[in-house]
Amino acid sequence: MLRYLVPLIVFLGVAGFLLKGLELNPREVPSPFIDKPAPSFSLPKLHEPEAQFASKDMLGQVWLLNVWASWCVACRSEHPLLVQLSRANIVPVYGLNYKDEPDDARNWLRELGDAYVSSLIDYEGKVGIDYGVYGVPETFVIDKQGIIRHKVIGPVTPSALDNCVLPLVRKLQQATAQTVVKRTEVEGCV
Amino acid sequence: MRSLTVGIVLLCLLVFVPLAFAKEAEYMVADPEMEKTVNEISAELRCLVCQNQTIADSNAPLAVDLKNQVRDMVESGQSQSDIIDYMVERYGDFVRYRPPMNASTMLLWVGPFLLLLIGVVVLVVNLRKRTAVIKNDEDLSVEENERLQRLLAAESSPQVAKRGNSSSQKAGEEKS
Repeated sequence: MLRYLVPLIVFLGVAGFLLKGLELNPREVPSPFIDKPAPSFSLPKLHEPEAQFASKDMLGQVWLLNVWASWCVACRSEHPLLVQLSRANIVPVYGLNYKDEPDDARNWLRELGDAYVSSLIDYEGKVGIDYGVYGVPETFVIDKQGIIRHKVIGPVTPSALDNCVLPLVRKLQQATAQTVVKRTEVEGCV
Repeated sequence: MRSLTVGIVLLCLLVFVPLAFAKEAEYMVADPEMEKTVNEISAELRCLVCQNQTIADSNAPLAVDLKNQVRDMVESGQSQSDIIDYMVERYGDFVRYRPPMNASTMLLWVGPFLLLLIGVVVLVVNLRKRTAVIKNDEDLSVEENERLQRLLAAESSPQVAKRGNSSSQKAGEEKS
């Protein structure tokens, strides 16, 4: 009996691991930045290149930083959702225009609608590297203290927005300087 | 003769045309010594886009950017460990081509040895079992032993081939 049982158990074990493996995304690199201060930067704005945007100006409010580019196909698919989000006026969304030609970027926004309070030109992708960006789009949720609380890798989907990003944003907005809200508190984020 | 000339021309094309293009990909640097350091460090860093290559081997745009970042940092006089720390801070341990030993990578490091150990244990247990079986075979009664010797003797003597044949047949019957 045992000689049939042992291979069966081994098989079930391996099958279990493989089944779990099917659900995991091997290309997803977990950000080590979660719960760490967002790197500060100062970049020219896409629509008024002579004006600078400094990330430290955002201290005191919860905001989203969406990394996008006109050459990025997936950005096109997530953009309508971001436009909707910005119309809802829940949280300010800033764009990091990553390694893009400013003219192309402006045309792209004209065509698809501008979801951003402001887009910032990261022409050489240095700020992107500083934020550990390895694929576009990526979206960071940054709290009032300037700490990254969540990162969405790839396009933001309606379910990711409703189950994770928005509940997290609401919690972060209600938090005071003394309370720390982590993304683990929001079920949809884990 | 003509085909030989054509052959030589083709060979030359094959050898020299890629060389002409080879220069293009190279990044022009003033200091080859520094470039060596940059390449050494780049060979330690994983390309996040094409995950099974180092950034030294990859031409993906992000890999090129990261290489430039490494070059800038080397230029500003930072050490290899500073640069690797900087990358790990941003991309996690994943960015290291050779995973460090820590709690989450322990299984990765000791896994093969663990499997080897299991293999050795299974082997030893099986060998022991087999020796035990062989030993049991030797536990024959005197009578049985005598018969065994008789049968073996009959088998090995060619003069009594006929008898041997019949006895081996008999032995077969007896065994079953």
